[in-house]
Amino acid sequence: MNPVPVTSVQARFTRTPLVVRKERQQAAVRLVLLAMAVLMVLPLVAIVGHLVVQAWPALSWEFLVDVPRRGMTEGGIWPALVGTVYLVFISLAVSAPIGVLAAIYLNEYARDNWFTRAINLAVITLAGVPSIVHALFGLGAFVYAARFGYSILAASLTLAIMTLPVIIASTREALAAVPVAFREACWNVGATRWQTIRAIVLPNSISGILTGVILQVSRAAGETAPILFTGAVFFKAVQRGDLFPYRLTDQCMALSMHLYTVSTQVPNVREAIPWATAVVLLGAVLAVNAAAIALRVWLRNRKRW
Amino acid sequence: MAPNSSNGAVAPPRQARSRRSVWGERAIELLIYASGVSAIVFILAILFFILREAAPVLFSDRFSLTQFLFSTEWYPTSASNVRYGTLALSAGTLAVTVLAMVLAVPFGLGGAVFLSQFCGPRLRESLKIIIELLAAIPSVVWGFIGLTVMSRLIVTYTGAPVGVNVLNGGIILALMSVPIIVSIGEDALKAVPDSYIEAATAMGATRWQLVFRVLLPAARNGLLAAVLLGVGRAIGETMAVLMATGHAVQIPHGILDSVRTLTANIAAELGEAPAGSEHYQVLFLTGVLLFAITMLVNLAADLIIRGVRARK
Repeated sequence: MNPVPVTSVQARFTRTPLVVRKERQQAAVRLVLLAMAVLMVLPLVAIVGHLVVQAWPALSWEFLVDVPRRGMTEGGIWPALVGTVYLVFISLAVSAPIGVLAAIYLNEYARDNWFTRAINLAVITLAGVPSIVHALFGLGAFVYAARFGYSILAASLTLAIMTLPVIIASTREALAAVPVAFREACWNVGATRWQTIRAIVLPNSISGILTGVILQVSRAAGETAPILFTGAVFFKAVQRGDLFPYRLTDQCMALSMHLYTVSTQVPNVREAIPWATAVVLLGAVLAVNAAAIALRVWLRNRKRW
Repeated sequence: MAPNSSNGAVAPPRQARSRRSVWGERAIELLIYASGVSAIVFILAILFFILREAAPVLFSDRFSLTQFLFSTEWYPTSASNVRYGTLALSAGTLAVTVLAMVLAVPFGLGGAVFLSQFCGPRLRESLKIIIELLAAIPSVVWGFIGLTVMSRLIVTYTGAPVGVNVLNGGIILALMSVPIIVSIGEDALKAVPDSYIEAATAMGATRWQLVFRVLLPAARNGLLAAVLLGVGRAIGETMAVLMATGHAVQIPHGILDSVRTLTANIAAELGEAPAGSEHYQVLFLTGVLLFAITMLVNLAADLIIRGVRARK
């Protein structure tokens, strides 16, 4: 809805005190709400700015590729960086296929009955389970019951289940955006449900699904609690710049965990190091999100229906 | 008659799908069904595994559920008299959550109203992007900000002895839940039928009158759901409160007291509790409690949202 345009006819009416009062009230409210909106935006700018300023002395290429030294009080974050990449991609490899297929089921196959409602409830509940409860589950199920031990595998699986609702929700949205008429046209020439999905629905929604997967990457990279007791460790000796230092059954370091460690657990850390770790983590997460947003905007402009 | 006989036109044979394609399709549809059910499987698995670890202590006669829920004495490693009372932890969670909501609800709803009624499309798009980015900041980074920046600010401006307390956790959690409240709240306001807005505008209502008298009452349920989702996020948050609220297991008497929440307690002590010990099992029981609380809050929010959709 658009604001009512002030026409010359309106302007010729005398402004009664009531109108004046109403206008004043309106302007005041707008100002208050604008202030609130600014106050919401301000933290992001202030936080990012402050972090970068504090971290500046430590930020360098060396910081990224070097290993922690002297009991983690100096050096870089390479093992944590690689560990996060491992965790993110392994959890993605598990949850992306399951999540996309589950969304296909919910959007393309499921009828409106109690069973579908139960699945929806389960997805909502799964999305609301606190991250520390996921950690307990990962510990009980993967570390002990499945005998994976404290390992990258256990931590990645825990992360995968935790991020599953994210990918289900975004994929469903992408699938629902494909007009029903497209599917009907395809069914009418005799295609089966799966043929229609493969030939029509997926090609038309693949970029939306991709956006969801990207968002999931950022979510998985930032999580700390679920990996805290399932596979992440304070310190792991790794060669500087080694690209494949971990095996699936190893424990690993992770950026989020490393930030927690150097800011609360290790005494006498060089002051800029926690800040620089926070900047790298935040920068990675925000960059991934910005990429997802850019992809979405680009898609919306390109959409042909 | 052979298909290639020379006389008489023959209809082209119906192209049958190869057996491989049919079976391939069956297999993939089976996979799709299995994945569809996976959410139910996972939620049941979570419940099963945390209950399984918690069960021994729940049914042991040395343990009383009343004490677990209503005692403030949390001494899990005491040598002489071990006590597991989580009331102080629940109080910590409650205090931090309530403070966060007191701060986040006005800003969240104000932001939602501003986005939907008081700004142009370009400003709206940029604000929405910023709010999305705000929602993406990892909780451990929030915790770090609470621990460093916020705690220093609090000590400077309130004169509190320590900067990690209820106030700190409340502000951090408020910043974390505002994005959820804004985006769900804006959806709720968008769901109000246009005819309501047109009717009010036709009668000469200003934007503010429209919002206050028409939109807010009409979108009441959706806004409530937005707040509930914010509450769910605040209760379940772990790393941020672990780092920003201090480590005192006590019922807070003011917002400058340090507390420990249910989630932070698990994160802080699980590493020290030997697997299978009573302490370890009680921590899992705390997990069951958290699971129940957040599930109730989220289901309530979902029921309300569904009610809104059904009415529309």
